[in-house]
Amino acid sequence: MNTEIKKLPKKDIAIVGLGWAGSIMAIELAKTGLDVIAFERGPWRDTADDFNVGYVQDELRYVVQQELMITAAEDTYTFRNASHQTALPIREYGSFLLGTGLGGSGAHWSGLTWRYNPTDFELRSHLTRRYGEKAIPDDLLIKDWGITYDELEPYYTKFERMAGIGGKGGVINGKVQEGGNPFEGNRSEDFPLPPMKMTFAAKLFAESARKIGMKPFPTPSANASGVYTNTYGVTMAPCTYCGYCSRCGCANYSKSTPQTNIIPALMRYSNFTAQVQSEVLHVVMDESGKVATGVVYIDASGQRYEQPADLVILTAFTIPNVRLLFASGIGEPYDPKTGKGLIGKNYAYQTNSSIQLFFEDKNFNPFISGGGVGQGVDEYNGDNFDHNGLGFFGGACIMSNVTSGWPITNRMTPPGTPKWGREWKKATKQHYLSTTVVRTQGSSYPTRSNYLDLDPTYKDRHGRSMMRLTFDFPENDLKMSAYVTNKALDVAKAMGASQTVMHVPQGPYNIVPFQSTHNTGGAIMGESPTDSVVNKYLQSWDVPNLFVIGGSAFPQNAGYNPTATVGALAYWAADAIVKQYLKQPGPLVQA
Amino acid sequence: MSDQKTGLSRRRFLGAGSLIALSSPLATAATISGGTGTPWTADEASPPPKIDPLQWEFFTPKERVIVDALVETLIPADELSPSGKEAGCTLFIDRQMAGRFGQGSRLYMNGPYGASPLASQGRQSPLTPAEEFRRGLTAFNNFCIKEYKKAFNELTEDAREAALHLLEAGKIVLLGEVSSKDFFKTLLARTMEGFFADPVYGGNRDMVGWKMIGYPGAKYDYLDWIERHNETYPHPPVSIYGYTPES
Repeated sequence: MNTEIKKLPKKDIAIVGLGWAGSIMAIELAKTGLDVIAFERGPWRDTADDFNVGYVQDELRYVVQQELMITAAEDTYTFRNASHQTALPIREYGSFLLGTGLGGSGAHWSGLTWRYNPTDFELRSHLTRRYGEKAIPDDLLIKDWGITYDELEPYYTKFERMAGIGGKGGVINGKVQEGGNPFEGNRSEDFPLPPMKMTFAAKLFAESARKIGMKPFPTPSANASGVYTNTYGVTMAPCTYCGYCSRCGCANYSKSTPQTNIIPALMRYSNFTAQVQSEVLHVVMDESGKVATGVVYIDASGQRYEQPADLVILTAFTIPNVRLLFASGIGEPYDPKTGKGLIGKNYAYQTNSSIQLFFEDKNFNPFISGGGVGQGVDEYNGDNFDHNGLGFFGGACIMSNVTSGWPITNRMTPPGTPKWGREWKKATKQHYLSTTVVRTQGSSYPTRSNYLDLDPTYKDRHGRSMMRLTFDFPENDLKMSAYVTNKALDVAKAMGASQTVMHVPQGPYNIVPFQSTHNTGGAIMGESPTDSVVNKYLQSWDVPNLFVIGGSAFPQNAGYNPTATVGALAYWAADAIVKQYLKQPGPLVQA
Repeated sequence: MSDQKTGLSRRRFLGAGSLIALSSPLATAATISGGTGTPWTADEASPPPKIDPLQWEFFTPKERVIVDALVETLIPADELSPSGKEAGCTLFIDRQMAGRFGQGSRLYMNGPYGASPLASQGRQSPLTPAEEFRRGLTAFNNFCIKEYKKAFNELTEDAREAALHLLEAGKIVLLGEVSSKDFFKTLLARTMEGFFADPVYGGNRDMVGWKMIGYPGAKYDYLDWIERHNETYPHPPVSIYGYTPES
């Protein structure tokens, strides 16, 4: 291994990871004229070269074999359900799929673009106010974020206007809007684009939910519902509903991604440099341990470089962000035995369930859809319903959001159907077009026993200890999912299915089947350095010239896809850096 | 800027009818400076390589007839579609096993291997998918010879089905460090991929898998159809190259 480190000329700002958070940071900071360099461990990827309309509709390549994702061969973690077990490497990714290359997970996301509820941000205070001082069990580490929805609202708006999100505002300037989500936080303006056109399944879901007294609304979508020129002057084309969003790159400039919505504008700045196929190994610290002086990265040839910089911003996705803190010796690792330490604490995920709906007489054409296309109801999300006596907190959005009809991975047959042979063929043909799904996407609340730390045995390809993931579904979340899935079943039944089949998480959490790439926590934000890693501006309490942006900052996860919140936090932090930090470098919040 | 971009090696996206080398793009670091726009290059892309259906790259002739028999038992010919064999599933699996998938290029393959992994920890085999498939195939066929005195491909349809049911249920002890259930799982998964993946990979010949269920294939524009609810989509499927390998 070549361990010689070549030192490069200094830059003003080094950004680690060019997904959504890194791209937003890069362009907002490049506007200041400072020299900005961004590192991306994967390749450059752009629509014209890499997401070609001639071949992107390829389920085997992108969905099954996951070409846009990091491979376990390149970078993986060890996993176990509980700390008394021995963690083993994830040898093949399944439960979550991390992107790599320009755009990161922002290139392969599906496009559901939610705002979190106001109460999600002040969860502990809110639940204590509503249910009493002792209502929250000791084991649930839920917290306030240190930022309110109202503070973040302008930045959600900024993200939606950049990303060309289509939807129907539910509450605009205090007024509830017919047809929107009446439970959402107040918006300063409506979505920049109208909702998408609806599939038959989504339309049937909405009609049925309305019949049983719920208030359905179109799910907010990053698949452009029309031509849109965004806040950076980049134009998106209307989505053509090809059904290849999630896990795929969009060939049509319709799904908002860093490469469609930001990179073309970012690359106009001559003070910006993208360094691709170059993986940052750690943040370099000075002798005091309180100042970051740059980063060390390794390029694809194995050569290591030190890139000095005045300001370092980690935007490398949740687990990689936390790993960089570990590898740099920043902060105290969390110890579940003593409860001390903060790095790796509050790891959370997403608690999902689904109901298959088999019909005799319907044709849903499931292949005509898009990642953000659908209808949802929010009556049972967050604290939108009374939790007294339920024995859990949290909730889930209930959705009709069938995003594709991929034939390798989406061939539903009723339970008991053979998996092969003549009967399998008959059932597959009979049910392929006439089956749909109602699903729930639920909150995930942190506990003492779910965390990230370093594995004692396994090393990554650069010789660093692998990250170790210890996670199981908390009892709280299993109860939540069972409860909300039963509510979803009411909608499913109202849709008139001849057979419904529920799939509710049971535990133990299994690393094999795909569930969600919504990993959160490990470097959480908060009001005080005693119980958070970064302050409300995502600035390290320990190292003021280091910011850590992404899902890693979420104290807990809500019943929504996290992308808009990651994007809004990136805009919020960028704004604080430009308006406050650069004028007077130092802590933005006094500890 | 532009000369540094050449580090990002790409294959040209050639039109239908031409064969493209199997080599993967080189992973090379690149510094891409702002100020001159995005560094894309006209006419460059990396479409899936087309396969040569006249050559076999992984299976021996003896293995090929066994796999033919397996895939036509899993997907038998009937009024709904031709068989898995006729659809090219064997060729598909051959290319998968010979290629990056079979070599386990995406898998973390370093030890140590845990003695008693939890089911929730997933795949923990030291074998590559190609090794696993070959060992499983040999062991399963040896079981058939021992139990039925015939190779799998020489069995009657009923006997083939019975043997596969035993394999699926994990009721056979296979030699060679491959479990009965694991081999069945990969056999079934690869066969279904061969039946439903784009024909460019060697299976789904004439898009028979897609025609069976009514999947229109590699289309990208359904704007005219998104609001035509509960109607049968009338157009025939298309594949990436509009191309199916000759058998």
